[in-house]
Amino acid sequence: MAAVLESLLREEVSVAAAVRWIARSAQSSEDDPGEAAALSSLRPLRKEFVPFLLNFLREQSSRVLPQGPPTPAKAPGSSAALPGRPGGPPRGGRGARSQLFPPTESSSAAAAEAPSARRGGRRRGPGPGRERGGRGPGGLEEGVGGESQLWPGGRRSRGSGSPGSPSLVRSDPPNLSNLEEFPPVGSVPPGPAGRTKPSRRINPTPVSEERSLSKPKTCFTSPPINCVPSSQPSVPDTSPWGHGLPPGCRSLQEEREMLRKERSKQLQQSPSTTCATSELGPPLPSWTGNLTAESADPARVSSRQRLELIALVYSSCIAENLVPNLFLELFFVLQLLTARRMVATKDGDLEPSPGAPVQVLEHQFQVLSYLDKGTLKLLAENERLLCFSPALQGRLRAAYEGSVAKVSLAMPPSAQAVSFQPETDNRANFSSDRAFHTFKKQRDVFFEVLREWEDRHEEPGWDFEKGLGSRIRAMMGQLSAACSHSHFVRLFQKQLLQMCQSPGGTGGTVLGEAPDVLSMLGADKLGRLRRLQERLVAPQSSGGPCPPPTFPGCQGFFRDFILSASSFQFNQHLMDSLSLKIRELNSLALPQPEPSDEDGESDVDWQGERRQFAMVLLSLRLLAKFLGFVAFLPYRGPEPPPTRELQDSILALRSQVPPALDVRALLQQGLRARRAVLTVPWLVEFLSLADHIVPLLDYYRSIFTVLLHLHRSLVLSKESEGEMCFLNKLLLLAVLGWLFQIPTVPEDLFFLEEGQLDALEVDTVASELGLDGMPVVDQHLLYTCCPYIGELRKLLASWVSGSSGRSGGFVRKITPTTTTGLGAQPPRTSQGLQAQLAQAFFHNQPPSLRRTVEFVAERIGSNCVKHIKATLVADLVSQAESLLQEQLVTQGQDGGDPAQLLEILCSQLCPHGAQALTQGREFCQKKSPGAVRALLPEETPAAVLSSAENIAVGLATEKACTWLSANITALIRREVKAAVSRTLRAQGPEAAARGERRGCSRACEHHAPLPSHLISEIKDVLSLAVGPRDPEEGVSPDHLEQLLGQLGQTLQCRQFLCPPAEQHLAKCSVDLASLLVADHIPVLGPPSPRGLERGQARRLLHVLLSLWKDDFQVPVPLQLLLSPRNVGLLADTRPREWDLLLFLLRELVEKGLMGRTEIEDCLGSLRDAQWPKDFSEELATLFHLFLAEPHRPEPQLRACELVQTNRGTVLAQS
Amino acid sequence: MILTKAQYDEIAQCLVSVPPTRQSLRKLKQRFPSQSQATLLSIFSQEYQSMLAFSCHCITTWLCLSRYLNGVGRNGAAPVLLELANEVDYAPSLMARIILERFLQEHEETPPSKSVINSMLRDPSQIPDGVLANQVYQCIVNDCCYGPLVDCIKHAIGHEHEVLLRDMLLEKNLSFLDEDQLRAKGYDKTPDFILQVPVAVEGHIIHWIESKASFGDECSHQAYLHDQFWSYWNRFGPGLVIYWYGFIQELDCNRERGILLKACFPTDIVTLCHSVA
Repeated sequence: MAAVLESLLREEVSVAAAVRWIARSAQSSEDDPGEAAALSSLRPLRKEFVPFLLNFLREQSSRVLPQGPPTPAKAPGSSAALPGRPGGPPRGGRGARSQLFPPTESSSAAAAEAPSARRGGRRRGPGPGRERGGRGPGGLEEGVGGESQLWPGGRRSRGSGSPGSPSLVRSDPPNLSNLEEFPPVGSVPPGPAGRTKPSRRINPTPVSEERSLSKPKTCFTSPPINCVPSSQPSVPDTSPWGHGLPPGCRSLQEEREMLRKERSKQLQQSPSTTCATSELGPPLPSWTGNLTAESADPARVSSRQRLELIALVYSSCIAENLVPNLFLELFFVLQLLTARRMVATKDGDLEPSPGAPVQVLEHQFQVLSYLDKGTLKLLAENERLLCFSPALQGRLRAAYEGSVAKVSLAMPPSAQAVSFQPETDNRANFSSDRAFHTFKKQRDVFFEVLREWEDRHEEPGWDFEKGLGSRIRAMMGQLSAACSHSHFVRLFQKQLLQMCQSPGGTGGTVLGEAPDVLSMLGADKLGRLRRLQERLVAPQSSGGPCPPPTFPGCQGFFRDFILSASSFQFNQHLMDSLSLKIRELNSLALPQPEPSDEDGESDVDWQGERRQFAMVLLSLRLLAKFLGFVAFLPYRGPEPPPTRELQDSILALRSQVPPALDVRALLQQGLRARRAVLTVPWLVEFLSLADHIVPLLDYYRSIFTVLLHLHRSLVLSKESEGEMCFLNKLLLLAVLGWLFQIPTVPEDLFFLEEGQLDALEVDTVASELGLDGMPVVDQHLLYTCCPYIGELRKLLASWVSGSSGRSGGFVRKITPTTTTGLGAQPPRTSQGLQAQLAQAFFHNQPPSLRRTVEFVAERIGSNCVKHIKATLVADLVSQAESLLQEQLVTQGQDGGDPAQLLEILCSQLCPHGAQALTQGREFCQKKSPGAVRALLPEETPAAVLSSAENIAVGLATEKACTWLSANITALIRREVKAAVSRTLRAQGPEAAARGERRGCSRACEHHAPLPSHLISEIKDVLSLAVGPRDPEEGVSPDHLEQLLGQLGQTLQCRQFLCPPAEQHLAKCSVDLASLLVADHIPVLGPPSPRGLERGQARRLLHVLLSLWKDDFQVPVPLQLLLSPRNVGLLADTRPREWDLLLFLLRELVEKGLMGRTEIEDCLGSLRDAQWPKDFSEELATLFHLFLAEPHRPEPQLRACELVQTNRGTVLAQS
Repeated sequence: MILTKAQYDEIAQCLVSVPPTRQSLRKLKQRFPSQSQATLLSIFSQEYQSMLAFSCHCITTWLCLSRYLNGVGRNGAAPVLLELANEVDYAPSLMARIILERFLQEHEETPPSKSVINSMLRDPSQIPDGVLANQVYQCIVNDCCYGPLVDCIKHAIGHEHEVLLRDMLLEKNLSFLDEDQLRAKGYDKTPDFILQVPVAVEGHIIHWIESKASFGDECSHQAYLHDQFWSYWNRFGPGLVIYWYGFIQELDCNRERGILLKACFPTDIVTLCHSVA
């Protein structure tokens, strides 16, 4: 790096050329030949420049940032070696970033690897001596260091760190991600010799004790690596970044020296790399104050110049996407800007430290201007910034004032249950009744579990597995049939989308509400506000600028559910379902360019389209995240495999396993169709949950290569027609940058050799603007997808309070570089041509037209199927029913085997299904044009309208007829089957009981007493009658009459009467009649202590008879009147009076309620019962009397009375 | 009638070990004249049922049968079975069922099926023993909590309120699908009515309405929540439950979550306005 900087300082090379040089391996035609010559000598170092620069900056500034918010991770370290093979596979072993990894590695693993590294390292090419800070006058001439010192050195530094610090200088984690051992696709695999020498990287940076105590991080956003323990005295700083290397770093330097010596020794032993050695530039000058010692002409170079130069190079690297994570760098720069421990410089000609960050910010103004309003305000109000660049401050203020919230995503409220859909959830979709009912229960258990989780998951000490695990597993255990699994998975996935899709559902605040509250309070009481802000902000912190993938809010429920269920079948079905849905959404037609519209109307359209895009994107991200989670679940572990052998065998195994979803194809499709802005964000979510092995697999490695290429191509400053929109790019940069920082992604992956990238350069001919060129991403979506961008605001807020709010971004069109032309041409058949014509027709029409037509076609097609079901199929079903009736009549009640019946019917009816296609065509023809016309603007030209109508008709017909021709027979069959079983059931014994039912009369106002009331009243009478009763209890005759009157009313008004109630009323009325006949009704009042008068009883019986005859619509169990129990009631009475019974029997016959023979049978069977002797005799007499009664046509009443007076008395006296 | 928990407890207190008979109910009405008979009966019945459920009734049936046989042996016309039930704190209908089962077991080789027993309870004339038939009948008509008659009354009440509710919905011009229609469409759980267009009641969105012709006490409400209301919520979203005979006020705590309780048809109904334009 120093050599490059030297060249720059000597003005041999322009910054632009240097950055071009860094960015591209090949020479550019723009390059001045002199520049090229100057740089070409440094070629082997080119690739290392950026990692070196980043590490250099981090190390230089580490002392400034001992506290405050989390410091960004260091960039990956430079490659350890470049053995004279430019363009070959990357040899860069471990970057310095590995120290930022979670402390998962065991020291034994590190120790085990160390010797092999030492052995293998022998044949490595010489590392550039100046890597990693390159402080000190290291060089080849420094002599050969003993390799044995290398590791002791490492241990020493470990010892000097604070105990317990997670980022103590540990040696590398197992060399899982080494590109040398696992070269990317397209690279030449290193020879066997190469494989035995994994590049070791020393991590010589001790960690500040102070830092280690601040906020331990377990992820890669670990605390900054301080180069000096806090116990070291700090000395005035002279470095460009405000701080020189303190003496405390001596040991570090020593280590580096040793390393350098080691490398040079290796170099000498490796003849193949001598060439590279000769190309190595002069030793890197230190930027820590002793630069003059090595600088060619120190007098010419002021500190300020150096500083500006570095800032410029750094900014250019950021602008060219040479750094892995744009926002991480911004975070870092803002950290420097807001560092509390600013040290005054002694050196007069050196600017105070914030100068450089401000300069970088100036270069990044464009990005800054797209940040949210709150961040802009905080930046604009930053006094350091004002002090160093009033101009930038002015621009930021203007940006803040101009920033408006363009779109707010009004998401539907979440936490509703997935609704029951009869089409998919009814019985017909289940293999058996049991499966159907099991699923019914499962749905309820699922929501019960979900509700319990909602209530309790925030309670301290509550544990998902303990609280719900067994219930979930019990539930999953019942899902036996595969079909039940798919039902449940559908429910699960729908609920997941419903609850987690909206930002509110993710549990994290997007653009925090707190700052709005602050702005309401006013900004005068800064101290209080700041405290408040910090309190509000702190707990929301999403874990620094590069948080690990998490499952916030409701997502946690679904993750834990999957974990607790631990069901292989469930996971498989879930993956299938998620993959399907991802494919479906990923290929969903989304807004197409509407070139000319710039007016307000199209803005309204864009609101809707942006929202649709946002919904689809967020859904995809959610689904992909869960797909990644489930797909990689069996392989996930906290750490990579401990040994290379193990890793190799795992790789060999895993490379056999096909991916859960062919994401590579989808990515390629997305790039080709210029839909990267949709595809890449979800792909990133998917990959973020991959395990350590995944990035090493050829399949995924190639994906990463494409992503890296894409990342590099998204240069924000490039603006031209057809480019990707700025915010689209920013979104992709943010998500990709985040992905590159995921623990499972190898840290050196980003600094791949470009040669491979170049090989993947795709055709950039852009014939059509895809989604990428549309302003589909707005600021809200950016912050929703990348909440960690909000860390910038939190950082600034912790420096100085202020307010922020929502804002929208500007939309700019920028030319992208990675796209290809259209896909393969469709076949030139006439149908293909028609399709092409239709496409062409839409091409020059507003996108809303296409959507309308597609929508109409989709709906009409679907309605057509429903219509056919309701008309043609329903007709066939009723035909089936009448055919079946005939069959039943001819063949008797049972009608034969139902299956056979069904076959006969179907063979007769299914051929009629052919009509469905004709009718379907007619329906679509009739309905589609009107719908299109209603939905398109009135002003649509007639020709366009008619074309649109025709296309809609065609599409609708195609949809409907495709479905119908495939399914109509099965549909008819299913419906006929249901009808057959319905009809057969209706033949059962209950059907007869139902009979023909009359409604109430037209004039009825439904004021009759309620049936329940009547049953209750009659029951009371019955219970009084059968006792036991208190002496004062009884029934008045009037009440009885009233009761029967009410019964009549109720039976006439059928409004509230249901058959069971009527049946009970009928039975109770019979019981009542029996009690009347037996004179068992206790009557209230003194006149007749014994019972009802005969006349009264007879009147009541008359009423009952007429009710039975005229009003009951259910069969009345009149035979019960002659049941032994009811007749037996008479046995208890003294003297027995048979006249009422005889009267009743005759009336029954008279009114046709019972036949004579029926009564005779009953009476006959009564004689079989055991009675007292006298009772039996009386019964026999009654029988004879009844039988003796002639059939007389004249009025019976008179005769009966005769009988009653004569025979009754006789009977009573006997 | 919406009661507070305290009011409810006061009523429930009076029901402890009171036999579920006509006379008991009459006394209860005298004690709480402000409550409707239907509400009191509902509370009585439910309290009694939960009392039965919680108290461990280890009735030794053979002992009961022998006591019954002894009793009717002395006087077949006396209310032997009813008194026996009251004596052991057991619902008369349930006691009748037990004795009938036992009796039939003793007299027949195969134990009687449940449907035979049910049929005999519905129509005691089918009971072969005349005395037992009378005793069973007496138990059934005197029981106000259990038995086929009571079941029928409850069913009828439920049906009547559904009809009433349907009329009210029609009157309010709210289109709905009823239980039968839903079942025909293949729904696995069916509230009484699903509104085709949701409405708001007291500010809460309502998709379905369930009519309950009973008093909503804690025990029954929990059971309904578990078996019905949450299931409806799981499928159709938030809804309304009408406890026509009132409920304990404190149970109406799931309004925010989507289950609203009322003791009558709501008056404050907001419907979706169709724009005229």
